[in-house]
Amino acid sequence: MGLEHALGDSFVTTKLDLAINWCRKNSLWPMPMGISCCAIEMMAFAGPRFDAARFGSEVFRFSPRQSDVMIVAGTTTYKMAKVVRKIYDQMPDPKWVIAMGACTSSGGMYRTYSVVQGIDQFLPVDVYVAGCPPRPDNLLNALITLQQKVQRGESRGSFPAYVGDKKLNEAQGLPIISG
Amino acid sequence: MNSKIVDALKSRFGDQTVEATEFRDELTVVVPTEKIVEVCRFLRDDPALKFDLLADLCGLDMYTPVKRFAVVYNLYSLSHKHRIRLKIFTEEEDPKVPTVTGIWGTANWHERETYDMFGIVFEGHPDLRRVYMPDEFEHHPLRKDFPLMGIPGSLPLPKK
Repeated sequence: MGLEHALGDSFVTTKLDLAINWCRKNSLWPMPMGISCCAIEMMAFAGPRFDAARFGSEVFRFSPRQSDVMIVAGTTTYKMAKVVRKIYDQMPDPKWVIAMGACTSSGGMYRTYSVVQGIDQFLPVDVYVAGCPPRPDNLLNALITLQQKVQRGESRGSFPAYVGDKKLNEAQGLPIISG
Repeated sequence: MNSKIVDALKSRFGDQTVEATEFRDELTVVVPTEKIVEVCRFLRDDPALKFDLLADLCGLDMYTPVKRFAVVYNLYSLSHKHRIRLKIFTEEEDPKVPTVTGIWGTANWHERETYDMFGIVFEGHPDLRRVYMPDEFEHHPLRKDFPLMGIPGSLPLPKK
């Protein structure tokens, strides 16, 4: 029916949003924010055994300018929080954040004055990963969960006007850029 | 060996200044705060003692009305293979002790750490800045009156 019928089998029609989100979800390049021991598991996640490249997280970009998702892997102290935020601010929109491990998500076992009790106090986190440290499989699961969010056009961090559906974002109280 | 070290210290500084205790073969010597540099230099330079390694330097908070803070020096002799622990005390009001950076270079960062955590000022230290906590932080976390979860608002976070 419609355009597809006219163009034949070699064409698929879709909404532009969906096509862009499909591209984005299959090329989520991580910014490795390896602060402590979770980083070791994050390296395994990127290595050949678990191979995040299968899901399009092809390369770890050590430059925030070239990455889409920041994996905060490790205990974040108040002193480090400024650095994490600064790197996050340097990432181009749209961007996402994975909080990897107990320390990053909630302070974990470091219930003390120097450790931020969850990075969501200063960063918009999209996916939390449980574990101390989480196995690489678990981080892969987080990546796949994030891909589902990206496909739906959801992002807690970047301005979602061009990432997702306007009505949906308004309903959730997320900021909208007009024009 | 411990008695030889104590004898050397006593013959150099007098019986009154050196207060030695021994527990499970570990020698601890309490010396007057103002004498610490002199004692350290003697311990390092005396050929029979030769404490050439400052293994550790740390602070203590006893939380007592007098002599609240202590600084502990753990020394080791690489050639003679013997150890000694020195202890000096300082008051809660204006805690100041002399620096030993001129004797062992290692003391530099150890004293900075002690300053950071306890607020003990090492007079004559070449670069007494904080090591762990941010420079603008106003408290000293290892003091007994510092709450475990910190003081709300004392460590600012970036805006979300």
